[in-house]
Amino acid sequence: MYKWTKNPESRSLPAGEAMAKWMKKNLFPTPAQSMLSIILFSLILKMLTPFLDWFVYDAVWLGSADDCRQASGACVAFIREKFTFILFGFYPREYLWRPIAAIGLFICMLWYSKEPSRWSKRLVRRWVVYVFLWILLMRGGMFGFELVPSNKWGGLPLTLMLSFVGIVFSYPFGILLALGRRSKMPVIKAFCVGYIELIRGVPLISLLFMSSVMFPLFLPEGVVIDKLLRAQAAIILFVAAYMAEVVRGGLAAIPKGQYEAGEALGLSFFQIMRLIILPQALKIVIPPTVNTAIGMFKDTSLVLIIALFDLLNTTKTALKDGNWLGFSVEGYLFVALIYFIFCFSMGKYSRRLEYELTTSRSH
Amino acid sequence: MKKLSILLLFTLFSGQALAGKTFKNIMKRQKVRCGVTQGLPGFSAPDSKGNWKGIDVDVCKAVAAAVFGDPKKVEYISLSSQQRFTAIQSGEVDILSRVTTHTLRRDSEMGLNFAPVTYYDGQAFMVRKKDKIKSALNLNGATICVQQGTTTELGLADYFRANKMKFKTVTFENNDEVVQAFVKGRCDAFTTDASGLASERTKFKNPNAYMILPEIISKEPLAPAVGHGDDQWFDVVKWTVFAMLAAEEYGLSSRNVDKFMSSKDPKISRLLGKTKGNGKALGLNEKWAYNVIKQVGNYSEIFERNVGKDTALKLERGPNALWTKGGLMYAPPLR
Repeated sequence: MYKWTKNPESRSLPAGEAMAKWMKKNLFPTPAQSMLSIILFSLILKMLTPFLDWFVYDAVWLGSADDCRQASGACVAFIREKFTFILFGFYPREYLWRPIAAIGLFICMLWYSKEPSRWSKRLVRRWVVYVFLWILLMRGGMFGFELVPSNKWGGLPLTLMLSFVGIVFSYPFGILLALGRRSKMPVIKAFCVGYIELIRGVPLISLLFMSSVMFPLFLPEGVVIDKLLRAQAAIILFVAAYMAEVVRGGLAAIPKGQYEAGEALGLSFFQIMRLIILPQALKIVIPPTVNTAIGMFKDTSLVLIIALFDLLNTTKTALKDGNWLGFSVEGYLFVALIYFIFCFSMGKYSRRLEYELTTSRSH
Repeated sequence: MKKLSILLLFTLFSGQALAGKTFKNIMKRQKVRCGVTQGLPGFSAPDSKGNWKGIDVDVCKAVAAAVFGDPKKVEYISLSSQQRFTAIQSGEVDILSRVTTHTLRRDSEMGLNFAPVTYYDGQAFMVRKKDKIKSALNLNGATICVQQGTTTELGLADYFRANKMKFKTVTFENNDEVVQAFVKGRCDAFTTDASGLASERTKFKNPNAYMILPEIISKEPLAPAVGHGDDQWFDVVKWTVFAMLAAEEYGLSSRNVDKFMSSKDPKISRLLGKTKGNGKALGLNEKWAYNVIKQVGNYSEIFERNVGKDTALKLERGPNALWTKGGLMYAPPLR
């Protein structure tokens, strides 16, 4: 398909004819493959019709829970009713514009930062300003913004925050651990190996439990550290161990000659790392880094066991409303769609980044 | 001003009511921290606007009304079932109002003090109405759907053995599968806790074709709890619940309580704080019980509002009726 669009000869053909040509080439080249295509298409059709019946023809788009129970189709009315709760949890409804603005700005910032040509210290400063804005919008308590304590945060902003802050903070931490693991200094090396193996040896759930159930018992009575903060710290500590192993893979892939060349130039260890090794190593590990990032974006949903209301937990809670019981398929499909959009965009961006960074190196 | 007067009362009479740390913190914070579930229909679940609703939630509101005269001064903290005991031990919440069964171990080892039971739950059976089964004792030889590896499964076996009845079970790992099996007719009855049966029933296409049998075969007394070490706070929670029961018994509700202010009945006069003394003894404003009844309601109002006949759960009062009506709900004298 890729080749076909690049082909100038077929581009000049009328659309219908081009389509037919493409279909003949890709779907029906031999009798055996034609059979296969036909079987697959009929299978898809067979699955599509019940889905359409369920989602479109028999669905209840407007109405109450009782209307939904009478109908055989999807209850879209449930999503309409619970939309705000699933996306924003317990955030006070009169200040709802604040998390909306925070997410809007977040997406703008990501869009702006996605070009490697814009990566500079200025961008870092902009992100610092943005983080401040996020806190101001979400938490408030200053400049006339009403305080909204973190136990009222929920839904999409919480999931985005847990995963984004988790990735951003665990990345440098992971690089340090990876360097430490390759260090020749025994104490540092032992510490890093011990840390990585310990953290990788336990599930994220147990870390979250430790942070939320055991940690408070060690604190003097009356001292309460924010539950969200504790969970965020646990996530950072956990992901850092995985990031460290990803980065170590990149470091191992750099030929020894590169290190020696740096030393021959009289550069210090940190100069070698900063100027020669890390830029190459980090580029190599883009796919596994994004893989880890996608994994952790979904792992944040584990915070539901410590009763933080992330996107999945708000959905589950929405399903528990006495007036709207029994619409779990609709709820889970909706939240799966949101997760898919974010994970798919991450994967797509990683492929683009890989492509751009490798071509820029060859110039 | 109210805050000042409460504080003044509190300092004046802290001799009588042992001044505890939890209560002091609550007064300083001007908010009650209430541990609730992550969503259980009828007991504590948020509505579409994110406001918590349910029996357990109303208990917290009632406590806040008793302490501050304002049921809104509650901060709800959602807890998983593993988290709940640590949360109360570490002081993260002041009161655990989270469908917690009162047991000996929890009352002692776990460091909890249980207030009076706010809902008597227990294992029950649901059957199809067309099968004309009126009592669990008619279930001899029945096939019963039950979730695998639960205390429910054990309770079922015990009950049938004790009554010398035969039964067959159809078990599944997952609760939803159990429900599906029952709906599709693979078994005659489905068993789990009565409140659970009621909330599953609301998901059925025609909930009216099913009924919950009156027998409750296990004890799950659900009660709010506070931590050890603050007797005053424990007393406040305990008597707030009793006040709601007493209000129902005397016929006081949020709608008519103002009319009773001029009542000559000494019981009512003591309850509503016209005859002073109760408030002082608890370290609260004398109108504490009036505030509970006026702003949250009596026990019957709370029950009917959250799980009663006009709600999706459609639960009968059963053992949760007042003692005067054949139930277990009983408040000691408020004097």
